Amino acid sequence: MLLDGKRLLITGVLDPRSIAFSAARTAQEQGAEVVLTGFGRGRRLTERAAARLPHPPDVIELDVTEPDDVAAAVAEIGERWGGLDGLLHAIGFAPASCLGGGFLDAPWEDVATALQVSTYSYAALGSAFADLLADGGAVVGLDFDAAVAWPGYDWMGVAKAGLESANRYLARDLGPRGIRVNLVAAGPLHTIAARSIDGFTQFDDVWNERAPLGWDLRDPEPVARTICALLSDWMPAVTGEIVHADGGVHAVGAGVPADVATGTAADATGTDADAG
Amino acid sequence: MSQDLLATFTELLSEEFGVPTEDVTPEATFEALGLDSLDVVELTLVLEEKTGVKLEDEELEDVRTVQDAIDKVQEKQA
Ligand SMILES: NC(=O)c1ccc[n+]([C@@H]2O[C@H](COP(=O)([O-])OP(=O)(O)OC[C@H]3O[C@@H](n4cnc5c(N)ncnc54)[C@H](O)[C@@H]3O)[C@@H](O)[C@H]2O)c1
Repeated sequence: MLLDGKRLLITGVLDPRSIAFSAARTAQEQGAEVVLTGFGRGRRLTERAAARLPHPPDVIELDVTEPDDVAAAVAEIGERWGGLDGLLHAIGFAPASCLGGGFLDAPWEDVATALQVSTYSYAALGSAFADLLADGGAVVGLDFDAAVAWPGYDWMGVAKAGLESANRYLARDLGPRGIRVNLVAAGPLHTIAARSIDGFTQFDDVWNERAPLGWDLRDPEPVARTICALLSDWMPAVTGEIVHADGGVHAVGAGVPADVATGTAADATGTDADAG
Repeated sequence: MSQDLLATFTELLSEEFGVPTEDVTPEATFEALGLDSLDVVELTLVLEEKTGVKLEDEELEDVRTVQDAIDKVQEKQA
């Protein structure tokens, strides 16, 4: 199995729709041992989701804005396993003012929260767990392609652009210790975080029209598998990378023409030639 | 059936969310019962475990009262 005996700390499971839930399930199916994190108000929900995994894992408290929580989680994992093979950062949050068209008006305090939770915490967690991850561990984070501006994504988009950069710096600084650091840029999925973004459904249309491979907005498993691949031993020279698990949308500038999509393009050309 | 479901809701709202049983009426809104949006997500998970009915998030958007939720579950069971 891909992840036989790997010890993984998976953050970001809020409910069974969470990308991290699917990653945890796939990882367990591939032989990994998993511990989840949850925090505050969402903790009960995380525990309930955990009970639905093939091997219900323990849930440890971790609010990434609380340095004490981070230190306690590092200590707990150290005691439990004495090392760590993989860390999944599946954490994002922005106050409502930062999303859904509020770009020009969002106050700094709210923007600061978005950046702290969604960007800074990636580097902070990677750094905190570096001793445990040394010599072969992997850090994986979740990105939404930040190369362009999206409707409604606003300061979360800026946070993701920062995450993409933080990914490169973290890869630079943890590489010498034998730790790989990569992001998966996922296509849109209907999770709790996504539902909180006004105008998120506009992404649905873009993906439905453009994805050369097609895209299922309700199935996080393709993203989960990509995460597991990056956590495995099969990408040993890959770091500082962003792998797009998005059906191919990032690679194309327009929708797939209907005749190509239905596989009738060749026939159509033939007909034209006959007519000419 | 509807009575059974009301009893199911009353039980799980009091057991899982600490809502006093006498407050659970068909007209009561989840908001008035003190449930926020995360609680409502949790409620759907418990409901699925108890009744086998899985409500999707879109279907929850117009669910305000206990009766709305009962109607949804019945629609799905039918
Ligand atoms: N859903 C999408 O369309 C999509 C697309 C690309 C990337 N992503 C990214 O995937 C990641 C997971 O999101 P999701 O879509 O699965 O939604 P989700 O709502 O299921 O997960 C978001 C998670 O962030 C956690 N979180 C928020 N604040 C936190 C804090 N202070 N400390 C610790 N954890 C905290 C929440 O507990 C939750 O588990 C996020 O980084 C998100 O930006 C999502």
